Amino acid sequence: SAVLNVDLQTDAMLQVDISDALSERDKVKFTVHTKSTLPNFKQNEFSVVRQHEEFIWLHDSFVENEEYAGYIIPPAPPRPDFDASREKLQKLGEGEGSMTKEEFTKMKQELEAEYLAIFKKTVAMHEVFLCRVAAHPVLRKDLNFHVFLEYNQDLSVRGKNKKEKLEDFFKNVVKSADGVLVAGVKDVDDFFEHEKTFLLEYHNRVKDASAKSDRMIRSHKNAADDINRIASSLYTLGTQDSTDLCKFFLKVSELFEKTRKIEARIAADEDLKLADLLKYYLRESQAAKDLLYRRSRALVDYENANKALDKARAKNRDVLQAETSQQLCCHKFEKISESAKQELIDFKTRRVAAFRKNLVELAELELKHAKGNLQLLQGCLGILKGNT
Amino acid sequence: MADTARDAPPEQTDFHELEDGEELFPEPATTQESQPASLAAEDISTNSNGPKQDSLFDDDPEDLFAEATEEVSLDSPERDVLLSDGPSPAITPITPPTSVITPRIGHTHDDMFTHSSFDEIEEEEGGDSFDIHISVSDPEKVGDGMNAYMAYKVTTKTSMSLFKRSEFAVKRRFSDFLGLHSKLASKYLHIGYIVPPAPEKSIVGMTKVKVGKEDQSSNEFVEKRRSALERYLMRTVKHPILLKDPDVLQFLESSELPRAVSTQALSSAGLLRMVNKAADAVNKMTIKMNESDAWFEEKQQHFENLDVQLRKLHTSVESLVCHRKELSVNTAQFAKSAAMLGNSEDHTALSRALSQLAEVEEKIDQLHQDQANADFYLFSELLGDYVRLLTAVKGVFDHRMKTWQKWQDSQMLLQKKREAEAKLQFTNKPDKLQQAKDEIKELEGKVQQGERDFEQISKTIRKEVSRFEKERVKDFKTIIIKYLESLVQTQQQVNKNISYIFHYN
Repeated sequence: SAVLNVDLQTDAMLQVDISDALSERDKVKFTVHTKSTLPNFKQNEFSVVRQHEEFIWLHDSFVENEEYAGYIIPPAPPRPDFDASREKLQKLGEGEGSMTKEEFTKMKQELEAEYLAIFKKTVAMHEVFLCRVAAHPVLRKDLNFHVFLEYNQDLSVRGKNKKEKLEDFFKNVVKSADGVLVAGVKDVDDFFEHEKTFLLEYHNRVKDASAKSDRMIRSHKNAADDINRIASSLYTLGTQDSTDLCKFFLKVSELFEKTRKIEARIAADEDLKLADLLKYYLRESQAAKDLLYRRSRALVDYENANKALDKARAKNRDVLQAETSQQLCCHKFEKISESAKQELIDFKTRRVAAFRKNLVELAELELKHAKGNLQLLQGCLGILKGNT
Repeated sequence: MADTARDAPPEQTDFHELEDGEELFPEPATTQESQPASLAAEDISTNSNGPKQDSLFDDDPEDLFAEATEEVSLDSPERDVLLSDGPSPAITPITPPTSVITPRIGHTHDDMFTHSSFDEIEEEEGGDSFDIHISVSDPEKVGDGMNAYMAYKVTTKTSMSLFKRSEFAVKRRFSDFLGLHSKLASKYLHIGYIVPPAPEKSIVGMTKVKVGKEDQSSNEFVEKRRSALERYLMRTVKHPILLKDPDVLQFLESSELPRAVSTQALSSAGLLRMVNKAADAVNKMTIKMNESDAWFEEKQQHFENLDVQLRKLHTSVESLVCHRKELSVNTAQFAKSAAMLGNSEDHTALSRALSQLAEVEEKIDQLHQDQANADFYLFSELLGDYVRLLTAVKGVFDHRMKTWQKWQDSQMLLQKKREAEAKLQFTNKPDKLQQAKDEIKELEGKVQQGERDFEQISKTIRKEVSRFEKERVKDFKTIIIKYLESLVQTQQQVNKNISYIFHYN
């Protein structure tokens, strides 16, 4: 799902997607494919191979860039996590002796499907990040982004060493302490005051909804697994029974095999369209909060610069210096405020569109599955009743 | 609130694109499809913790279960007698103050027993056709503290001449049921009759009830027990021999029953029983019977396999019940969370959509709960009953072996005595010789009896197994169909709810 971005002013097109991905022992290699008419690039179409750490590097470079303080930085994609899936596959391998060949094959297929689903998801999330950057009028021009897209070699961005990780940790601690500050001071600008209140509450509720939807989907998967086991047992009973019941058991076993697949599909769709949506907006709303925080910091700096200027004027010392400083702070604050306003409006637009698209698609899928399920149940019931 | 000027995308958001007036959920065409049971509707409206939207459920007044009974049963005149009884009101709430749950089961009368299987059994006992229906209801707590107990009303409806009246009721407590079973088992098991086992004791469950915890789990416990007691009695009276037993008749009819003391969980009699059971198990392993009849060997193997599979299936179904209950709880929590999210969403249309989602999920969580109950009361309990029944079946096979052993022992003893007698012939001890001859006579009688007993028990078991298998087939077919019907019903309601997302605007 690539996003086509046409820059109307320069008539340059930039299209990014992940055309391929390879999962190796403990890393995933993404093939990032770019099509562009931008003059910066040597060719119009090219591909490079990137790993997760390089995406993080790119994201962090945006966050650390003062020029981008007034934008919502597209949230970084989460680290590919196959640990749980791998563990399950391993356990299955160990327990191979204790189950029938059929059971083993069936479970193996399911676990492989699960692995594939996780894999597809991580590809999608990395792709969404790149597309968001490519769609942003300013970020798409970023030099690091172009290097990321074009540079044919490894970017040599090793995982952060321990010291840097600690620094990050403290940075976050300070930010959240300041977060309290942000929350406390009432903004003069109604728009931002509203956004602040809104985002704080919204973020928390998305977090809650995300956690609850995960639990709900987990239960759904568990129930589907149970139905799978029930189907297997019924099958064995059917093959063993010498009475009339054998046909019954076999038919019902067949039914549950099918309904189980549908249940699993329902859980998977909920996962993709609801859980992932909520998780994504959890991250984006955090990015929006970060923007507000940066603006607040700039405001504080501006206010401090004002006070410093007053003091300087009163003492008639270093006035010019204070004036320059104050002007810089003012300019920075106003620049951030202006772009932040647009960013937040765009955020809402994107959010509404994404929710609408996903919820509608989810409802359609659920209805389709629900109808399918009903048909299967009624069909089987009809046959069984006819046979007694 | 939200400044509408900022809603950049025009307000034709929402789900207009879906609502073409096109009915997304097509009206069910056949009668089979349109069967939302009146029971379910009743249940949902009393239990729903969501906003009451009665328009959502267009109730088909047709009773789902009556129709099912018609289709499942075989052709037999007795059927009409039973069906004319009609399905009685399904749910009997627990008498002590508030009934916290009224599980959507409707099993009290419309269960596997509403059709007769007796017409197929070669019955020498002429006269009455099998027409008896027993219900266990109105659990009532009697007394206080640790001496308290639950009293159940046992109502019998019958047209059989065996009974003095055609409808009557008595009050019984759990230990009475256990006492009944104990008597029947001691009379009939060792001669080869498959005596249905009584429901299991539960010290934990009962203690909670005694202590007076009026919460959901203790109510569920009482309901589970009530249902189990009912199934137990019905299975017992369906047995042509047991039905006529005076203990059974007394249990059903007489208002006062001597208290069955030896059934107390930790009584000395109970301990003795446990010890005997263990001893039996050891003995079983050491008896090596010369099976001349392949039928018995085959059947034993069959029941062994069945036992293993049913236990496995039972475990999976229990797991399903558990996970469905979890799903219900988690869906409810998600619904609340989605509602909160909708509240804080400042885009009006999206906010509304999220609220709708929340409402739908809330209804669906109730449906999950109902389905979990059906999973349990229909499917899981059936399996549990059969796992216990198979223990009784295996028991009669064991008794046959013991009978054989006894016969063999007598024969061996006879052999020894004959040898001894032969030796005595050469000594001059006339008294001893006479004694030996007398003993031999006695033993010959015993051997003959032993052989007769063995043949009798073998014959009885053949009949019993045949009857048991017929019952099993019927029970499973009926219950599976009922279970599938419950799934259809739930699915229909779920579908209705989902399709509402599209119509709601």
